[in-house]
Amino acid sequence: MIIETKSADPNQTIFSALSCACAENRQQSTLPAQLTAAAAAVLWQPITMADSMVERGTALLRKLEINVAEAEKRTGKNTVNMQETYTVYLIEIRPAETEGGTPAAPDTLWRRYSEFELLRTYLLVTYPYIIIPPLPEKRAEFVWHKLSADNLDPDFVERRRVGLENFLLRVASHPVLSNDKIFFLFLTEADSRLKSLSAMFRVKNPDKRFTALKQYSDELNTVISQLLRIRARVADRLYGVYKVHGNYGRVFSEWSAIEKEMGDGLQSAGHHMDTYAASIDDILEEEEHFADQLKEYLFYTDAVRSVCRKHELIQYELEMAAQDLVQKKQQKEELATGTVRIFSLKGMTSKLFGQESPEQKESRLAALEQSIQEGEETVKEKNTECQEFVRAAWDDIERFKEQKDKDLREALISYAIMQISMCKKGIQVWSNAKECFSKM
Amino acid sequence: MSGHTVPADFSEHMLDLDEDEDLEVFTKNTSLPDGSPMPNSPSSMVNQYRLEDDDEGQEAVNTKDIFVTVDHPESQVTAIETFVLYRVVTRTTRSDFDSSEYEVRRRYQDFVWLRSKLEEKHPTLIVHPLPEKFVMKGMVERFNDDFIETRRRALHRFLNKISEHPILSYSQHFQVFLTAQDLAPHRKQGPGFLSRVGETVRAVANSVRGLKSRPEEFAVMQEYVDDFSNKMCCMDKVTQRIVKEQRVSPVSVLSLISCVEYVDELKQYSPTYARWGELEEELTEPLKGMASCVVQCSKEAEEHIQHLSEVLVPALHEYVLCAETLKAVMRRRDNIQAEFEAKNEALLTRKVEQEALQEEVDVLADRMEQANNSLKGDWLRWQRSMKTDLRSAFISAAEKNVEYYEKCLAVWESFLVSQRADSSGGQEDVA
Repeated sequence: MIIETKSADPNQTIFSALSCACAENRQQSTLPAQLTAAAAAVLWQPITMADSMVERGTALLRKLEINVAEAEKRTGKNTVNMQETYTVYLIEIRPAETEGGTPAAPDTLWRRYSEFELLRTYLLVTYPYIIIPPLPEKRAEFVWHKLSADNLDPDFVERRRVGLENFLLRVASHPVLSNDKIFFLFLTEADSRLKSLSAMFRVKNPDKRFTALKQYSDELNTVISQLLRIRARVADRLYGVYKVHGNYGRVFSEWSAIEKEMGDGLQSAGHHMDTYAASIDDILEEEEHFADQLKEYLFYTDAVRSVCRKHELIQYELEMAAQDLVQKKQQKEELATGTVRIFSLKGMTSKLFGQESPEQKESRLAALEQSIQEGEETVKEKNTECQEFVRAAWDDIERFKEQKDKDLREALISYAIMQISMCKKGIQVWSNAKECFSKM
Repeated sequence: MSGHTVPADFSEHMLDLDEDEDLEVFTKNTSLPDGSPMPNSPSSMVNQYRLEDDDEGQEAVNTKDIFVTVDHPESQVTAIETFVLYRVVTRTTRSDFDSSEYEVRRRYQDFVWLRSKLEEKHPTLIVHPLPEKFVMKGMVERFNDDFIETRRRALHRFLNKISEHPILSYSQHFQVFLTAQDLAPHRKQGPGFLSRVGETVRAVANSVRGLKSRPEEFAVMQEYVDDFSNKMCCMDKVTQRIVKEQRVSPVSVLSLISCVEYVDELKQYSPTYARWGELEEELTEPLKGMASCVVQCSKEAEEHIQHLSEVLVPALHEYVLCAETLKAVMRRRDNIQAEFEAKNEALLTRKVEQEALQEEVDVLADRMEQANNSLKGDWLRWQRSMKTDLRSAFISAAEKNVEYYEKCLAVWESFLVSQRADSSGGQEDVA
């Protein structure tokens, strides 16, 4: 493919040259097209991210326009039957082009973040060789001096909405992923087949230890998140209480000016009130350290989770290979004995169109035999891989558990030490204040 | 000191005829919580008063010959109204009392009557204020147990302040209040309402004329009273903000939220730590320990808040009311002076009725001198008393703060000890 460049624009020239090179090297056929699009973009108007993905022209995106239009708060009971508030996002699907020019009403459905996660996990397992687009971050950070620092904060929700829309468009513009049936259903059908699907792609014989570990990891994540949220609110309140005492300082100081006998006592007591009010800043800063230690393990739970997922993947592949082998063996048996145990298209056709010749049968048997041997090799390999993984992983998990226990214990101890220090400061200040009052 | 108008606040002078001061909303409970710690003997009553280090306090306790308590509030329901009756118990060795022990029942109105009589007789003495009719900001639960208890304590303090006053405690009205089984006949006697009206009219007349000059010491006093009132109001507000639920303007990002809300949030820690503890194996002990520490600390905090509510808040609030009393006293003194000056001027300017006017002027001059002396004397006594009371309240609050932190310290230290005992050793000691 040669593109004659009429323009002197250097960018376009480069893009065009790259485009030719790619075509020659027989890269993915879409790449030159993308570069061409990029070249076009340089010449003509700027295009949005969404536009550029549409430009790549998957079949799906030629048909549909996808938006994540809105976000809304909902309340309901979760899996452990506790009341919770969460956000749902509105997915809007429109036909891409309409004849007649009137825009059609969109099909819409509401989905929450966890459903997006489910979809992504499904894609991860189903297309293990593909780099699956990421989701926007799961949680907001825990900042104590912001009033609303959680997943329901409007700014966070908005950023997430954009991220989710981006995710859908990435998948929809992917040459392979865009053709996935489950993805299409995710966009169009409210009935969440994903839930039953997650049972489908789940391994048949999961390693109990990994299941337990995943569950532990999820619960730990929840608990630490909650602790951090509470900590932020407590810090906020405590700050308020301490700072109010600063007012005492001011009033005492002013009051001391009009008193003869009480003046000195009030004045010095006032200073101590100021000290007390100021002390909260250091106290809370020390507490941040504790919060950081908790956060580290919060993020660790994500890492643990991903190890569990990898194991699931490997296990799943092993099971698929084994299943595949079983099927082939059965086919061979059928072929050899002439009995049809399971319905198969091949069996039907032979019934319909007559038996095949002995030579054909021979060659087919031989091919199957070959396939079976390969299959057995694969199963052996996968088995070894799985076992290796489990062994190595579990080694590290034990190491991690020990580290976690030690680290968190130390964190709790240093929290206690911090509290003690805070109490000692309080005792000091108020003892001093009491002395001032006594001298009044 | 050029003359400036003395604004007459009529409400102070008018007898309050409003009958529903102590009207009750229907309370079914008519008894005080059991275990009322009211003492029954003079010696144990002595313990009620804060024994001071300074001489005056000691002296007062040692020479005290009359002890008054206010307790056992009970709802009374009649066809017309519902109100609370308080039991007033007096024990005394004074000879002008027929008996040494009295027990009577009085309602809030009766206290109001007593105070107004005392003020009438002694316009320039500082008569301790009563608790307010209504609590601030339209609290719906104004007649619940807390309100009644707070009021009871304030009434108790009121009577004790009167009984400690060198002049007021010998008032005839005070004696009648403490001893008469039925106060009603006494309340109807005397000039009472009419004389107050007369006084008010005079006050109006004088305020129009204005005060020629205020003696130096009273000018200083006035300034102090204004400042003091201002400071007391601030203190009151600050303390309320610490203890009760009050928010600052919505504009502020960090609203100053109270101890109460702090404790509510703190309590949330405990179930979360407990839940985490169930999740773990090795860490179960320390996590449960954390949960328990939080529970204990929040209990201590609640106790602390309770104490602040019972000691510091009422003390500060009382002195807010005292400041108002002081202002009223200053005004009355000013009025007495104004009256004298008016008559004196008449004497100087008019040529006729000289003798009659002279007599009147003399009477007013005496009255003024007496008023000034009363106030001067009482002023010192009041200041000492104020210092004692507030000092004591502040010391108590400071002590409670120290106690609170000491208790929390103990909680965390024992947690630390238990952790160090569990661990395999090698932990460094903390300074």
